[in-house]
Amino acid sequence: MAQATAKPGASAPRPSDAAKSRPGAAGATAATTQSTANGTPDADPAAPRMARPTPQSNPDPSLLGREMTGAEAIIRALECAGATDVFGIPGGAILPTYDPLLDSKQLKHVLVRHEQGAGHAAQGYAHATGKVGVCIATSGPGATNLVTAIADANMDSIPMVAITGQVGASMIGTDAFQEADIVGITAPITKHNMLVTDPKDIPKAIAEAFYIASHGRPGPVLVDVAKSAQQAMTTFTWPERIELPGFNSGARPHMKTVQEAARLLATARRPVLYVGGGVIRSGASEGLRRLTDVSGAAVVTTLMARGALPDSHPQHLGMPGMHGTVAAVAALQKADLVVSLGARFDDRVTGKLDSFAPHATIVHADIDPAEIGKNRAVDVPIVGDLKDVFAALVPALEEEHLKHGRPDLEAWWHQLDDWRTTYALGYTPTGDGLSSPQHVIQRLGELNDPESTIYVSGVGQHQMWASQFIRYERPNTWINSGGLGTMGFSVPAAMGAQVGMPDLRVWAIDGDGCFQMTNQELVTCAINQIPIKVAIINNSSLGMVRQWQTLFYDQRYSNTDLHTGHGTARIPDFLKLAEAMGCVGLRCESDADVDATIRTANAINDRPVVVDFTVSRDAMVWPMVAAGKSNDEIQYAHGIAPEWDREEQ
Amino acid sequence: MTTHTLSVLVENKPGVLARVAGLFSRRAFNIHSLAVGQTEHPEISRITVVVDVDELPLEQVTKQLNKLVNVLKIVELESDRSVQRDLLLVKVRCDSRQRADVLQIVDLFRAHVVDVAPDSVVIEAVGNPSKLQALLAAFQPYDVREIVQSGTVAIGRGSRSITERALEKVATA
Repeated sequence: MAQATAKPGASAPRPSDAAKSRPGAAGATAATTQSTANGTPDADPAAPRMARPTPQSNPDPSLLGREMTGAEAIIRALECAGATDVFGIPGGAILPTYDPLLDSKQLKHVLVRHEQGAGHAAQGYAHATGKVGVCIATSGPGATNLVTAIADANMDSIPMVAITGQVGASMIGTDAFQEADIVGITAPITKHNMLVTDPKDIPKAIAEAFYIASHGRPGPVLVDVAKSAQQAMTTFTWPERIELPGFNSGARPHMKTVQEAARLLATARRPVLYVGGGVIRSGASEGLRRLTDVSGAAVVTTLMARGALPDSHPQHLGMPGMHGTVAAVAALQKADLVVSLGARFDDRVTGKLDSFAPHATIVHADIDPAEIGKNRAVDVPIVGDLKDVFAALVPALEEEHLKHGRPDLEAWWHQLDDWRTTYALGYTPTGDGLSSPQHVIQRLGELNDPESTIYVSGVGQHQMWASQFIRYERPNTWINSGGLGTMGFSVPAAMGAQVGMPDLRVWAIDGDGCFQMTNQELVTCAINQIPIKVAIINNSSLGMVRQWQTLFYDQRYSNTDLHTGHGTARIPDFLKLAEAMGCVGLRCESDADVDATIRTANAINDRPVVVDFTVSRDAMVWPMVAAGKSNDEIQYAHGIAPEWDREEQ
Repeated sequence: MTTHTLSVLVENKPGVLARVAGLFSRRAFNIHSLAVGQTEHPEISRITVVVDVDELPLEQVTKQLNKLVNVLKIVELESDRSVQRDLLLVKVRCDSRQRADVLQIVDLFRAHVVDVAPDSVVIEAVGNPSKLQALLAAFQPYDVREIVQSGTVAIGRGSRSITERALEKVATA
């Protein structure tokens, strides 16, 4: 718990209480179980939801050798690859494929309103389920509309397959109607892509696409199929095995480096586990939990890793980085050992790179060898799937403890606890009488069950607050656009998450700016009975840009006013917009109504709900490390720098 | 900055050269020269890339190259353990009076004349880049009309073959 609801006087247990049961504290035994702050069950957080995708489920034997069109081969191949849900829009060059799609019993197609929505929906689906997300678009503009979502999936390592139609093979290169070189356009933003002009290559291409998307570091793969190949007849085959001589799906971690990491963890005095989205993608939360408990180290989870370790875990210091907790940022800056687990030393985490974690020995474990040493020189590199890393590292560490005893981390935890109590996350009430956005988001988190709610955010202030003020207890319940920072991600990604997880409640937490980019997918949700809930944190502004204008541009608010909030023209009126799109529209304008409005929204399950939470535009995201500055210069609140070294003096 | 020569073995498929070249430019690496051709195995092509880059970024670009699905193997060929050659074609204007002097330079550099016209010759020279630089310098006093150079191609010294292992990968995959 500790940091998540850190308003002064909140009834959360004090971190120092929780610290007593911490296994790393002197005198505790290895078998100590953690105390969960709110009594939520200690269920295996990774359990059945992250089943590794099986890209080659066995094809129906009667399919093999059957004559069919290339278009039908696409549909049968998607079925053989295990796809059940696809998001897309038909158009000229993909039209042949939409015909056999109509008869598919396995594939449920969701007709979106814009291809970007199809891409983000496939991402949300993949993120929530761990399966490969699939989107389909036609050539030219259909394909280019997928580009943002593909780039987003590439940055955040989301397994996704995009199928696009291409003009007929003989017309490629002639500037034909709706022709775009989508393979060329997406080469830098896909894990792999391919153009298929011969119908006999279709099943193999799709099998490989699913395999590449889901093996090793996940990512997006695009398969561009010429219309002529869709129309031509072919004999269906399914590859018995995937033949990709140049594809490395990941090595087993080296025992020697694992043992070195264990030795360092057993001897460090100020260890921190720096946990990234790789732990979520690997489905390695249970292993992380064990390493956390056995090592006694402090844990920070990046924006992409929220939920990888329950926020209620007493060793969890919250999110590091530009808007991280003071405790998490300080822990990294003062650490003598940083063990990076599926993280990539992103500039939003490190701040000014050469002053990041200056005293730390670095252990870096990642499935992608190219991440190791990319930004920060590494002392102990471990290449491998994090599940395998944890499976090797935890026993190696236990062995070190047996030989040399457990390290005494009491002084470290004394300091960490001091930081997290003194600089707990919080916010100040607004001056204009409007609701605090942080309060709205915090109550959303408190009035929904962390075990059965998925939160999907857009990009900006609301994203940071949703990451800070909602407590995540299990992986894949926090979905956002981290690397690319795509405004408009939330509504379509929430739609995809809801399709993948129909039994969970899905709350999109969106900004008024983001919402206006992709809200048309609520039409898709309403028509297809995908009952997502959208909380518009409506501050009538492009809030994060406005915050930077406040702080760095002398309060000159150039083009950040959106006129959607309290006392403005309210264009568009989100209530009417919601209703026009077949959703229930609710509006909440004061703190007093927040709880009742959330409860009302939670009670509606037959339609999408849009709640217009009118909030103050002056609220800012704190703490903050200004872009390009050292993490040592973190500000706890506007103009307030923490006294770092109190304990060391 | 130092110059490094990389041999990149790739699957012989359309678009692979563009992917490799694109990766260099995208990650802001300067390509000195690039040459591509088939190997002794028709399913494998070999790209020789010469880049100006420091040791650490080179490691990064090698790792990024390795992530390309069509890239089979990357080997750095160090100059003292490999043979590196460029091909140069140069067209020099010379009439019958100058021709003897020009041919003397051609002999000195063990180059060849591959085309003769009444007022010009085309010379072909093969060598490492520094030899070719010296040859061009020797032609400075004359009227050099046109120069065209291939990228560097390079091969390791000794009996070992870098394609062998890559081929095994292709065969057993």
